[in-house]
Amino acid sequence: MRDFVSKRARAIPPSGIRKFFDIAQTMEDVISLGVGEPDFVTPWCVCEASIYSIEQGSTAYTSNKGTPQLRAAISRYLDTRFNTRYDPEAEIIVTCGVSEAADIAIRAVTDPGDEILVAEPCYVSYNPCVSLAGGTPVPVLCRAADEFRLTADALAESITPKTKALIANFPNNPTGGVMEKGDWHAIADLLVDHDLLLISDEVYAELTYDGEHFSPARIPELRERTITLNGFSKAFAMTGWRIGYLCAPPEITAAALKIHQYVALCAPVMGQIAAYEALRIGEDEKDAMVREYRLRRNLFVDGLNKLGLVCHVPKGAFYAFPSVESTGMTDVEFAEGLLREQHVAVVPGSALGPSGAGHVRCAYAVSRDDLKEALSRMGAFLESIK
Amino acid sequence: MDEKDRILLQLLEENCRTPLSELAVLAEMSEQDVKDRIGRLEAAGAIRRYGAVVDWERAGDGNVAAVIELKVSPERDFGYDRIAERISRFPQVRSLRLMTGAYDLQLLVTGPSMHEIARFVSEQIAPMDRIRETATHIIMKTYKENGTTFAEREEVERLPYSF
Ligand SMILES: Cc1ncc(COP(=O)(O)O)c(C=O)c1O
Repeated sequence: MRDFVSKRARAIPPSGIRKFFDIAQTMEDVISLGVGEPDFVTPWCVCEASIYSIEQGSTAYTSNKGTPQLRAAISRYLDTRFNTRYDPEAEIIVTCGVSEAADIAIRAVTDPGDEILVAEPCYVSYNPCVSLAGGTPVPVLCRAADEFRLTADALAESITPKTKALIANFPNNPTGGVMEKGDWHAIADLLVDHDLLLISDEVYAELTYDGEHFSPARIPELRERTITLNGFSKAFAMTGWRIGYLCAPPEITAAALKIHQYVALCAPVMGQIAAYEALRIGEDEKDAMVREYRLRRNLFVDGLNKLGLVCHVPKGAFYAFPSVESTGMTDVEFAEGLLREQHVAVVPGSALGPSGAGHVRCAYAVSRDDLKEALSRMGAFLESIK
Repeated sequence: MDEKDRILLQLLEENCRTPLSELAVLAEMSEQDVKDRIGRLEAAGAIRRYGAVVDWERAGDGNVAAVIELKVSPERDFGYDRIAERISRFPQVRSLRLMTGAYDLQLLVTGPSMHEIARFVSEQIAPMDRIRETATHIIMKTYKENGTTFAEREEVERLPYSF
């Protein structure tokens, strides 16, 4: 029999955390700071509405781009919350999570040979999606010294005549770094001068703690060359519902919709109804969760720095990204040792891009009691390797 | 009250034994500021008392609790305040509220037995001047108290890792 697996599929590198996953499975009392999802259950008002809709028999396909109610609600929400305006008919597609939105955005704009810049360290899905689309992912490094912002200098260095687009995620997974208004303006000129497209994954926008989230599509020159991605997973604790969305100028949206209709047909209707409810009545519970994440951040980052694991204060998302340099270990050694010795799971930064090396990603989306226990175990681990 | 006060009050309500040092880190201020603010909130009566949320049933205490509704004729010049003040002095009365709707005062009363509660109501409360009617409802089971759920739910399994 011949080997049926395609070269493209074979070329996707194995997951950098598989090994850790297997070790963790053998342990009973792991405190996991390794999961990039809220520990909260979806607000009850949202679950309740979705349960009711199932009882009423809402179980069918929806319009490819999502229910008109949800698209209209997303459009209003983006306007009031982030000052960006998108037409619910021509500029918004509801997707199966931001995961799918990123994939169809990348496929809608990538031709073979195109270089797609990816601001790293970052979420792991962009690079494989670019490769599957026939493009070449090119890393642009965000550095600890810049609080993990994307700088114009770093961007300029990576641009070539083949560059087509930049993918950026702020607030960032894994660093918690954010881009403020001025940071985006510094980059806007480069994008315009080199006629580049921006794919902006803003799934952590609501989880911005100091100041307001700034959506790059607010800059008029960028609006026409930006695909904004967002979703419900993180802000409303709705990871399992699989609802995200893509917003872009009409031509790009139409291209992405052609892909979406064939690969997904539509996002799950139960999730769309839940997402609509989240926007309608979920704000208070969302705000309460965001307040709690901020408390956890304060507690955890203070604890890390007291342990000598240097960590800038992340201004968004729910990740702390301390340096483990002071231990003399690599991030992989540190993460593996901490898991084996003290049963605390963290993700080595190098699994999220070369510029993540020397750091570990700790998701503080766990209870404050668990964070305290994790800190005390990390302290014990550091003692043991002295 | 500002945002920082709100954070402190919520943290104390959740666990009033949280050390000052931890409150300071959580609320992003100095320990001295935490102390000053708590002092002010206590003085202003925003913090009434520090206590525990006790599940007495689980603690093994056989106490019974009842909600008692009272219809009351209000007094000229005082309304319900004077009678409420008298009722609130009984230690058996754990909470007391003036309500809109079909009755006026709502009491939460605890006692060692149903019999004791019934006797308290019929001998101490019902005969008071201006009480027109009483209705006693025994509490059978508490599911949630002051924001804390008593029933234990099974933890949903989460993945140990995800990107
Ligand atoms: C930056 C980033 N984008 C997208 C996703 C996926 O989100 P969704 O659940 O909406 O597919 C994640 C999840 O961890 C993420 O961190």
